[in-house]
Amino acid sequence: MSQITPEIIAQHGIKPDEYKLILEIMGREPNLTELGIFSVMWSEHCSYKSSKKWLKTLPTKAPWVICGPGENAGIIDIGDDQAIVFKMESHNHPSFIEPYQGAATGVGGILRDVFTMGARPIANMNALRFGDPSNPKTRHLVAGVVAGIGGYGNCVGVPTVGGETNFHKSYNGNILVNAMTVGLADKNNIFYSAAAGVGNPVVYFGSKTGRDGIHGATMASAEFDEKSEEKRPTVQVGDPFTEKLLIEACLELMNTDVIVAIQDMGAAGLTSSSFEMASKGGLGVELDLDQVPMREDGMTAYEIMLSESQERMLMILKPGKEAEAKAIMDKWELDFAIIGTLTDTGRMVLKRHGAIVADLPIDPLAQASPEYDRPWVAPSKQPVIPAEQVEAVDPVSALKTLLGCPDLASKRWIYQQYDHMVMGDTVQRPGGDAGVVRIHGTNKAVAITTDCTPRYCQADPHEGGRQAVAEAYRNISATGAVPLAVTDNLNFGNPEKHEIMGQIVEAIKGMGQACRELDFPVVSGNVSLYNETQGTAIQPTPAIGAVGLLDDVTKHMTVAFKAGGNHIVLLGETKGWLGSSLYLREVCGREEGAPPPVALHRERRKGELVRQLIQDGQVLACHDISDGGLLVAVAEMAMPGSIGASIEAPASVPLHAWCFGEDQGRYLLEVGQDDLVAVLEAAQEHDCVARVIGKTGGETISVGGASVSVAELRDINEGWLPAFMGAEMSGH
Amino acid sequence: MKAAVIVFPGSNCDRDVAVALEASLGSKPLMVWHRDTQLPEVDLVVVPGGFSYGDYLRCGAMAAHSPIMREVKARADAGARVLGICNGFQIITEAGLLPGVLMRNAQLKFICKDVHLRVENDRNDFCRYYRTGDVVRFPIAHAEGNYFVDPQTYREMEDNGQIAFRYCDAKGNVAPEFNPNGSLGNVAGVYNEKKTVLGLMPHPERLAEDLLGGADGKLMFDSLVEALS
Repeated sequence: MSQITPEIIAQHGIKPDEYKLILEIMGREPNLTELGIFSVMWSEHCSYKSSKKWLKTLPTKAPWVICGPGENAGIIDIGDDQAIVFKMESHNHPSFIEPYQGAATGVGGILRDVFTMGARPIANMNALRFGDPSNPKTRHLVAGVVAGIGGYGNCVGVPTVGGETNFHKSYNGNILVNAMTVGLADKNNIFYSAAAGVGNPVVYFGSKTGRDGIHGATMASAEFDEKSEEKRPTVQVGDPFTEKLLIEACLELMNTDVIVAIQDMGAAGLTSSSFEMASKGGLGVELDLDQVPMREDGMTAYEIMLSESQERMLMILKPGKEAEAKAIMDKWELDFAIIGTLTDTGRMVLKRHGAIVADLPIDPLAQASPEYDRPWVAPSKQPVIPAEQVEAVDPVSALKTLLGCPDLASKRWIYQQYDHMVMGDTVQRPGGDAGVVRIHGTNKAVAITTDCTPRYCQADPHEGGRQAVAEAYRNISATGAVPLAVTDNLNFGNPEKHEIMGQIVEAIKGMGQACRELDFPVVSGNVSLYNETQGTAIQPTPAIGAVGLLDDVTKHMTVAFKAGGNHIVLLGETKGWLGSSLYLREVCGREEGAPPPVALHRERRKGELVRQLIQDGQVLACHDISDGGLLVAVAEMAMPGSIGASIEAPASVPLHAWCFGEDQGRYLLEVGQDDLVAVLEAAQEHDCVARVIGKTGGETISVGGASVSVAELRDINEGWLPAFMGAEMSGH
Repeated sequence: MKAAVIVFPGSNCDRDVAVALEASLGSKPLMVWHRDTQLPEVDLVVVPGGFSYGDYLRCGAMAAHSPIMREVKARADAGARVLGICNGFQIITEAGLLPGVLMRNAQLKFICKDVHLRVENDRNDFCRYYRTGDVVRFPIAHAEGNYFVDPQTYREMEDNGQIAFRYCDAKGNVAPEFNPNGSLGNVAGVYNEKKTVLGLMPHPERLAEDLLGGADGKLMFDSLVEALS
């Protein structure tokens, strides 16, 4: 009698065509354990089957790239035999179903990806998207996600130094939780996952295996419907204390000479880690599942292989090193078990209670997973909206509206729940253009940012993809750091729909263009598809996480105005582009229009100019102009130090468009009288448009004959989120 | 001065405080693992911040029963200086080195930000570079810093100069709106009777360097080095 019915196949998210391929590979009908293994390995989450074709087009190389996509995380060289290891990863589906644990385990997973490679995590970031604030679930989700990220990151003792948070109704049924970790490694002591050495022991360590998280990867590869909350048991439970022990134990182990290869157990747990290690090494593996440390009795092979219990690692040891490794795990009170050996068969053989319960060929599963060239249609372009067709609201009241809107309101309520100072190297805390973290014991620092403007991506995914990369480049440059590389976290709807696939293709093309032009390679990434509920997709959200390097941390630049009486210099051209702007959405209630185009060749020149001016000490404050436009950027520079500004708008552009247009490639600089001529000359040499638009000083921001006090703006800006969350945390 | 930093599983400010101590002292403190039963001869023992044992059960409760804590207690009784910061404050309070308890923050959330503190007593080895009434800025990062002690003991502590720091504004005004966690009398840190043991929730080691945003905390380590060398 056939064990495997069409219903069981469908429950595993396997399409009929894929099942045919399984029968071919196996040469027989799989048993349930084997089918379960196929289903997770071939899930969208693990196999990238819809996006692989397009991801391959992204630039991944540069002289400073040590390791690009395909490993647990990307690695770049920062000189002095040091390397930065980083990646961003989504935990969207679990965070919607169980926000605290979903977000917490997202942080845990990305931390493991980084320390698995031999790096000590030195900073966390997160990019969050929630539904409309008026949606009844939003408050609960914000509270849970933020508490979960804090609960995990604070306990492991890695500072959370920044991120971004947006609200939009398209995320009502699918929030996005993208977590990024940056780690520091010795360039000569990096660990990879390719197994080697037939006969070498396969070692399991960390937490015990339980029944939690079974089929998490499969859940993350399907649309939500009204029954999705029934999937709560597929969300894992995190234990940050064990993760902290795991970090210390791993790093201690990595200072000895015992490890051949190491891999964390993330999505699809033991299945994915063992397959990937064996496949990369071209070997086979035999596991005795009875040896796996288990939390509960009576677990089946299926459950053991598909469990997504957290804080677990798999490694291949050098022969004879078992005792040395075990002593370190004992010190940290972590489970340690030899669960198998490497073979030369190219097959994975699993035993339970003495019998063989699965026997699968490794390469066809790990490497020959389906790859789809899904049909797609290019999204239709939206018309350019001239400023004259957008209602002109007086700049002061529009500024107040914008600074108090959910996307621009201060996120202090969020980042105060994250320990952003532990490890003693946080030079720039959350709230600026990028987090800046000193490389411990040196005079260097890394700048870290995450960026994406989903409303641009919705209007034009190609331009939106370009803009996300360019904004990350700007945010890094504004601190004075040299942008080095990016990680991408691509969040989209259902790729089986042609228009969604079109968004994916166009966004990746746009990102690729920008990364190439800016010498900003993609070294790691993650794809989250099927972010849809009852047919409604999220706005396309290709989040970019970026890292840059400051050779001299003492020269890092911040956004805050430093003193009155200085010049405010605007770098870049302002035509007053209001299509798909926040002004159009928040002040006029319109979500439409072509987004502002990015001129990549000028972007690069301007970045170089800004970094040079900062390096030469000719700039006192620097801020890139992004969401909300110029006047919002001025306010963001004024509020931290309570120093006002008087701004003179030119007559050539309508005032509302000049103040709130989101023309790309612009920075604001605070420049002292003595440096002004030099700064303007340097701009000319770099062929960049630069002009003085006003002066710092006073307690108000004035423009076009109207003014508003900085204190009032701060109250508005700080007020929204605490009021929305009903909390009483104050900004003192 | 010789100093030791105790490391528990889950400690995560051990390195930070060691760095701050080294900057003031000129040499590295000893790092002592929680399972050790012997404490080297030192003048100062630091119990650092973090989440010892995951803060499971109750903050500091399990660490307080670690083998090394018996030694720390004995050494404190013999007159060594003991500094407990954040989770370290919770641990030494649980271990009975200081009166009172630390409860969940009044608003039930973890909170990380700079706070102003008024120095309440400078006549001891921790605060000789501050003056009573000075306002200093240290960061806090905790979810359980809500200090409480019974009214009788609190009065005795006040009379005996055992209140070390109170949360205040930049001008030194102590008022409920400047209290980040609901602690009794805005208390941020306390001494034992002899002023040889200090526990405080804010982290002096986190603002001990101008590059990180301030150096008020450095004076505490400078003070200890000066007093104990």
